[in-house]
Amino acid sequence: MYADFEVSSIDAFADFHVEIASEPSLWRWLKPQVRFFFDGRPSFIPLPTVQAFAMLEWGLNWCVAAHSHQYLVIHAAVLEKNGKAAILPAPPGSGKSTLCAGLVMRGWRLLSDELALYDMTTGEIFGMSRPINLKNRSIGIIKQFAPDAVLTDSVPDTTKGTVALLRPPTQSAVRVREPVRASWIVLPKYTPNMLPLLEPHSKARTFMLIAEQSFNYDIHGENGFEAVGNLVDQCACYQYTYSQLDDAVRTFEELCSGKIT
Amino acid sequence: MTPHRDLIVNALLTPEIVRELSAQKWDLLIRQGRRTNLLARLANVLTQQGLLENAPIAARHHLTSAVLVAERQSIALRWEVECIRQALAYAGIKPILLKGAAYVMAGLEAARGRTFSDVDIIVPKKLLGETESALMIHGWQGSHHDKYDQRYYRRWMHEIPPMRHVKRGTTIDVHHTILPETARLTVNPAALLAAIVPVKDFADLYVLQPTDMLLHSATHLFHEGDFESSLRDLFDLDCLFRQFSALPDFSETLALRAATLGLSRPLYYAVRYTTLILDTPVPEVVRSEASLGKPSALISWVMDICYLNALRPVHSSTNSFSAWLARFALYIRSHWIRMPFPLLAYHLGRKAFIRSKSYDIEKSVADADLKA
Repeated sequence: MYADFEVSSIDAFADFHVEIASEPSLWRWLKPQVRFFFDGRPSFIPLPTVQAFAMLEWGLNWCVAAHSHQYLVIHAAVLEKNGKAAILPAPPGSGKSTLCAGLVMRGWRLLSDELALYDMTTGEIFGMSRPINLKNRSIGIIKQFAPDAVLTDSVPDTTKGTVALLRPPTQSAVRVREPVRASWIVLPKYTPNMLPLLEPHSKARTFMLIAEQSFNYDIHGENGFEAVGNLVDQCACYQYTYSQLDDAVRTFEELCSGKIT
Repeated sequence: MTPHRDLIVNALLTPEIVRELSAQKWDLLIRQGRRTNLLARLANVLTQQGLLENAPIAARHHLTSAVLVAERQSIALRWEVECIRQALAYAGIKPILLKGAAYVMAGLEAARGRTFSDVDIIVPKKLLGETESALMIHGWQGSHHDKYDQRYYRRWMHEIPPMRHVKRGTTIDVHHTILPETARLTVNPAALLAAIVPVKDFADLYVLQPTDMLLHSATHLFHEGDFESSLRDLFDLDCLFRQFSALPDFSETLALRAATLGLSRPLYYAVRYTTLILDTPVPEVVRSEASLGKPSALISWVMDICYLNALRPVHSSTNSFSAWLARFALYIRSHWIRMPFPLLAYHLGRKAFIRSKSYDIEKSVADADLKA
């Protein structure tokens, strides 16, 4: 999953020291469990060993969301193509990760499927290009949509159902430190058997959505308010209803080439 | 006896050392600072001394992040105190703020860069019932519904079970004295509550007078069995000594006041370990008078060994058998001095056999309660 990433040297500064270690218990022979450690301290409840990788990813998300208040941390996917970027903020269940994976498999650069790190001073958004967390039916959909996609084994019965991680394309991993400026904010809405529909979303509603979907909006007070305002002002805001990834790829292509304004 | 000086303590006492730090040392400094809740304080010290520029950008991000959280918490705390004040004002109760909330509202140095988990207030014991109902009317809910816990708090402790606000999720601890009723030391809460001072610009909000505020901080720290935030608490004491020593009569009256309240022993420990570990400039008169509270030579030798180990940052980089042993011994001591032995045996037995299951899991789920 992380093969394309640079390995930092042992004496470099690290933002977070994390570890997944097996949980010593009398039952470990029958029901092996692992636990997430943040800088030596156990966090979260132990989970079955097969969920170790997913747990590492969730744990890392928690580390970033709970400690990186130099950014406004928005719960959103971020993608870039030809220097233009889209933010996909969405509550769980909206098909954000699926859409994100679909676009990434068609040439969009992945910044994040989960956490957008918005630098409020420069207006730039950073991502971490970490593996995309696919759940339940989206795993099959992506496998079918992009047979060359590299996925981990599916892990059933997690708190989020069956999960699998999708490896980010090499280009995304190599360009992980490159931030973007957002051009669009698109609220995705997966609705079965619907024709694709991209409609303008009011700036006020988009503002509220971004604020709600930010982990640390409360910490930034007035600066956060201004920053979300600026972000919404600089972006074209849409709601996108879709049922087929192929439609979505086409729509985003049109957005990118300027056919939709 | 010279204590081992860990990086975070070193950086806070002699900030110039950050000029020479390698990336790996910065890594350790940030981790120790985060774990001891001293990161925002470190950031403030570095900013004041114009040394922040020496931090590599990655480390500076963590410092900035910690300062933002601390600043926001300070604003949120003021709002929370205002809510408490209003809720109690209806019932004619004038709360006295303790610890962190008191430092913030009294505008003390100790409040700068400090983070908070709850608000502590103290009211006269006879007003406890009224205080509790006034808070319940305004949205605070009791916790620890288990019968045993209720009895534990209400019969033996110095506070009622923590109350949590239904909407804001904030917690308040309502005390009626500063040590458990079962503790070895008997404090005189009446004397404490007779000498309170109003918070500036508030007619119905109080804090303890400076001597008592410091004595309470010391009493709290040196009765504590959990060392997660004790280094931070020691820095609180350092700040209080530094700031209050400038007040007229403070130094001259401190030891006498400790004797009146029955807190000479905690004062001795406060002076001993702030001077030893943090080089706190405690005035000579306080040093000599505080030694009245010094225990026997054997006990003070053992306590030195224990506290010099236990007050190190609780972090994997400082893990050692001696630190573990010191903390374990002080944990036992904290219970020992809080309750008579039969009660202690009963309480610990109960904790070990009946309540060991649920606590850990509850805490972890709360940690994991994120949108992602």
